[in-house]
Amino acid sequence: MDYLESPMRRWVTLYIPLLCFLVILLFPFYWMAMTSFKPNEELVSRAANPFWIVQPTLAHFERLLFTTAYPQWMWNTILVSVVATFTSLAASVFAAYAIERLRFRGSKQTGLAIFLAYLVPPSILFIPLAAIVFKLGLFDTRWALILTYPTFLIPFCTWLLMGYFRSIPYELEECALIDGATRWQILVKIILPLAVPGLISAGIFAFTLSWNEFIYALTFVSSSENKTVPVGVITELVEGDVYHWGALMAGALLGSLPVAVLYSFFVEYYVSGMTGAVKE
Amino acid sequence: MAAVTLNQVRKSFGSTPVVHGVDISIDDGEFCVLVGPSGCGKSTLLRMIAGLEEASGGEMRIGARVVNDVAPKERDIAMVFQNYALYPHMTVFDNMAFSLKLAHASREEIRQRVDEAARILGLTEYLGRFPRQLSGGQRQRVAMGRAIVRKPQVFLFDEPLSNLDAKLRVQMRTEIKALHQRLKTTSIYVTHDQIEAMTMADKIVVMNGGKVEQIGTPLELYDDPDNLFVAGFIGSPAMNFIPGKFTAGGIVAAGNVTLSAPAGVPLESGREVIVGVRPEHLMVSDAGLPAEVVVVEPTGADTQIYCRIAGVDVTAVVRERHTFRPGETVRLAPQLTFLFDPASGQRLA
Repeated sequence: MDYLESPMRRWVTLYIPLLCFLVILLFPFYWMAMTSFKPNEELVSRAANPFWIVQPTLAHFERLLFTTAYPQWMWNTILVSVVATFTSLAASVFAAYAIERLRFRGSKQTGLAIFLAYLVPPSILFIPLAAIVFKLGLFDTRWALILTYPTFLIPFCTWLLMGYFRSIPYELEECALIDGATRWQILVKIILPLAVPGLISAGIFAFTLSWNEFIYALTFVSSSENKTVPVGVITELVEGDVYHWGALMAGALLGSLPVAVLYSFFVEYYVSGMTGAVKE
Repeated sequence: MAAVTLNQVRKSFGSTPVVHGVDISIDDGEFCVLVGPSGCGKSTLLRMIAGLEEASGGEMRIGARVVNDVAPKERDIAMVFQNYALYPHMTVFDNMAFSLKLAHASREEIRQRVDEAARILGLTEYLGRFPRQLSGGQRQRVAMGRAIVRKPQVFLFDEPLSNLDAKLRVQMRTEIKALHQRLKTTSIYVTHDQIEAMTMADKIVVMNGGKVEQIGTPLELYDDPDNLFVAGFIGSPAMNFIPGKFTAGGIVAAGNVTLSAPAGVPLESGREVIVGVRPEHLMVSDAGLPAEVVVVEPTGADTQIYCRIAGVDVTAVVRERHTFRPGETVRLAPQLTFLFDPASGQRLA
């Protein structure tokens, strides 16, 4: 990388663009964090510095945690996301493996159909899904979300895992077949251990999608104790035209922490999952 | 250990036939090499024996048992793949123990068999390593170790040395042969390298275009090829072919060069033939045919002379030390010739 050698060049080609990126990416988070610790007087004052806090306060967090059902929303979100992610992942592993490796008649078309299903926007799909949720008597339960989230998670994870499984050499399976393994043993002992980075990145994606999901959570759940964080925060911290900005931002901040923590733990797997590489 | 018998085995992919009715019988304990150019169906044949491809017709037997519809794991075979196919997430020990674990062998037995195989292959100190921490040759040994721990009836090798560098290939070739002499397990080995075939095989099956061209011991194929293909494929450098016409006085090639015909060949005069001469059967002699030297390549032990006889590019290998220069004319006398029919490629004499 000789072209990066001179310090001046390094600044122009590397650090300044990186800095711009960082500022643009992190500013919303900064704003969110600022607002959630700012007392209301400073929030509405024209004289106060909008980018800084003079007297930080935990009042918004207190309001959020003790006067709303936020802990319950958080619990709902965790429960729905985890269960939906794991069931979707399990279904996707079987689907992707079958499509990619069993090569049954019509497997390609099946793969394509699953992908097309992902392209149907939730804003269309929620109407028929609402009818089904009603008929099944699941309206206003967490099950409504746990069972509907896989409609977009499974296509997504299947597609991602298909690509990952494709990168695992076919000979490994043939070799295992001769070694005496059954299909199930091949999947469990050879393919899945090798696909861990793919599984982790699919899992993180699925978890994030479920965590942030809004439209199904808004339509299929109405009582406060069953709401998820994104819906709860919006519906209960906006009263008419009054926005409780401090509490809203505190809710958003707390709500984004678990996903951020998850990403930071698995970032390496996540990258190799996206680039798909099995090294021998 | 078991004999392997193929009877009119066929394979088509869709409507494209790739193996056309192959008959091969491999004796118990024999080392059989399937050799041929790429796309000749040799790997497909091996994969059918392994059960990784279904035969479209014919019968395959391992021992007395017909295995056409038997699952790979029930065939009691072990296969070594070209890219080794080692499980990347398992240590060398686990790679070798995998099949035994699946067969529910006892812990002591697994340990004992893996240790024994590792000792034979010189892998004892690498048992705790992962495949990515090994060199190409070591990986190849692990792949073989994985095959031998199972003590199968038949070993199948699918171009196992292709990914190694030239020096290691020669070394592993000897190791595989020594291993076979020690274990005496029936082995079927696929390669496109005729030198590998010649040096390792008890029996060679030369394949071309999905058909068997000839089956025999290495020297049988070398000394007595059935057709142009086998004659040209076996031997390095390859046999020279000079087209000509059969006459009473000999075989007349282009430029009125006359080659002597093998004795006692009942052919009608005027018949088109192809004369085959191995490079090592061309001797420098005053009574020989005039040849124009193009390139001279001394290798130390012998010298390869690329030249033109009767307008045809010909290679000669001579052991004596001559100093020929390009453009010079030398005289080369064929010591031993083969005659082939140009239309069918079959050997005439």
